[in-house]
Amino acid sequence: MISAEHVTVARSGRNLLDNVGLDLEPGKFTVVIGPNGAGKSTLMKVISGEMKPDAGFVSYHGTSVDLCRPVELAKRRAVLPQATQLAFPFTALEIVRMGAVAQGALNPTEQARQALSRVGLRGFESRPYPSLSGGEQQRVQFARALAQVPQPVVDGMPRALFLDEPTASLDLGHQISVLEIARDFANAGGIVLAILHDLNLAAEFADHLVVLNHGRVVAEGACLETVSDEIIANVYGIAGAVGRLPAAHIPYVLPQSRHR
Amino acid sequence: MMKALAMPSRVAADGDRTRQGVVMLLLLAVILFAACLLSLGVGPTGVGLRDLWTYATGNSASLSTQDRVILEAVRLPRTALGLLVGAGLAVSGAMMQGLFRNPLADPGIVGVTSGAGLAAVAAIVLGNGILAPVAMVLGNQFLPLMAFFGGLFNTWALYIIATRDGRTSTTTLILSGIAIGALSAALMGLMIVMADDRQLRDITFWNLGSLGGATFGRVLSILPFIGAVMVIMPFVARGLDALVLGDAAAFHMGIPVQRLKKIVIVAVAAACGSTVAVAGSIGFIGIVVPHLLRLVMGPSHRFLLPGSALAGGALLLIADSVARTVAAPAELPIGVITALFGAPVFLFLLLGKNGITMRDMP
Repeated sequence: MISAEHVTVARSGRNLLDNVGLDLEPGKFTVVIGPNGAGKSTLMKVISGEMKPDAGFVSYHGTSVDLCRPVELAKRRAVLPQATQLAFPFTALEIVRMGAVAQGALNPTEQARQALSRVGLRGFESRPYPSLSGGEQQRVQFARALAQVPQPVVDGMPRALFLDEPTASLDLGHQISVLEIARDFANAGGIVLAILHDLNLAAEFADHLVVLNHGRVVAEGACLETVSDEIIANVYGIAGAVGRLPAAHIPYVLPQSRHR
Repeated sequence: MMKALAMPSRVAADGDRTRQGVVMLLLLAVILFAACLLSLGVGPTGVGLRDLWTYATGNSASLSTQDRVILEAVRLPRTALGLLVGAGLAVSGAMMQGLFRNPLADPGIVGVTSGAGLAAVAAIVLGNGILAPVAMVLGNQFLPLMAFFGGLFNTWALYIIATRDGRTSTTTLILSGIAIGALSAALMGLMIVMADDRQLRDITFWNLGSLGGATFGRVLSILPFIGAVMVIMPFVARGLDALVLGDAAAFHMGIPVQRLKKIVIVAVAAACGSTVAVAGSIGFIGIVVPHLLRLVMGPSHRFLLPGSALAGGALLLIADSVARTVAAPAELPIGVITALFGAPVFLFLLLGKNGITMRDMP
């Protein structure tokens, strides 16, 4: 289990995170939602060990994150960042292989190939990363994260996938595919933490939903309890929108998993 | 050679350029060997490749004493020095571009060379004055060490100024590099005003950028610097690759980012500063060599760094051979040759579709 307790991050006199606690359990897909500036990315940075909180602490299976060397952390969790641009033309395979190398794979090239085909990018191995579309770049980065934690559980220890807006530049079909891969990872005993903006996607995939606002956890739990009219109105300022159908002349398509 | 190198890389269909990299390294090693032969066998005196062969096969007795002296005391140290200087310049360029995540970062362009130069001039001018005790203790290493610290100071300053939140903007990098370089040049001007006639001669000679006057003493004085950089190359290669994805992503992949950056900054300063100390400022090797190599073997530092060492050495030896022969018995400053060849290649790279595009510049 990965835990954050009493995490506070202050920047220029403002609390980006205010006494936040969060437990990420193996086998669960945890989703963080919240408006812009709520502190979602900051929370992920703290949990991934990238940012030191001003107060509070983060532990991986009982060990404080401060005591873990970067190399050890890299084997326990992989992070999918928001859009990444490169100044040098690495191929898709070379990018993904970096993840496999970080994990200490015996055959990183083979592992990278498998990760690429898992995200539906078989045949893209030799494409220079800068020449790919935004969505393809995002999937290459996702494959890199997958190559870094290829097994959800190793020697009884769960591995973690942290995804910062994994669906941001993807079409509907690929949004579903990426989140399905993440859910499979959780179902196999891994830990998944994702930041999502699409509440429908969040409700579809989250086992545990965390609503963040002004650096505080304002609600958490199962989707049915957390996505309520009251909370959505408080956090996003849109009242009465939960479960309401659009006007009759507006078609709507909700993202839904292919197999459920 | 240039034409072959400038061809766009053909990436193997499976996206794996490991084999391509190994083949290129072997090819570059052969080119470097040929460049060494060229450098040893070419010059204004009559000593040529045939005499070199005679010498190398152990029949040195059949050569005249004068020819032997030319080979042993002139050509050999000069070739060794050219090899080390070329390798150091190219590797410092490649590392700096990786550190700043920017193909335009070059120690010459962003003022690191000027910092090393300022420190070297200070060493010459103040070596008999206030710095005399230091000079006494360090002896032969005084000039290279001073240049190293000068380069280190400017690299560090540049990094702090041009990098915010782990991102380096090209504009800030180049502009602050120009400012730091100009400041160093101004201070160097002050030093020159303070210099006496003998020191002025030393400064002028050194400032032209030349491998002339190469001695084994100079070779030995920069060998530890360049040697140390070569040794750390394999240990920073993976980190520099990961750094291309950004500080955060590199950390996520297990790279101790701050330590890596410190090591690379020191290595850049060591490679660049020590070469400036022995050969003056020789431009464009640090930017043209890594760039051409990226086109043929990809941007991975696993191959780019050793490739830059081999190709940089070869290129500088070839340029030096040209410098010694085109206007013989006079000798052109090698900095002139590298700029004459390097600047147009650089501009060509900026224009070409395989070159640096606006897209690459954050």
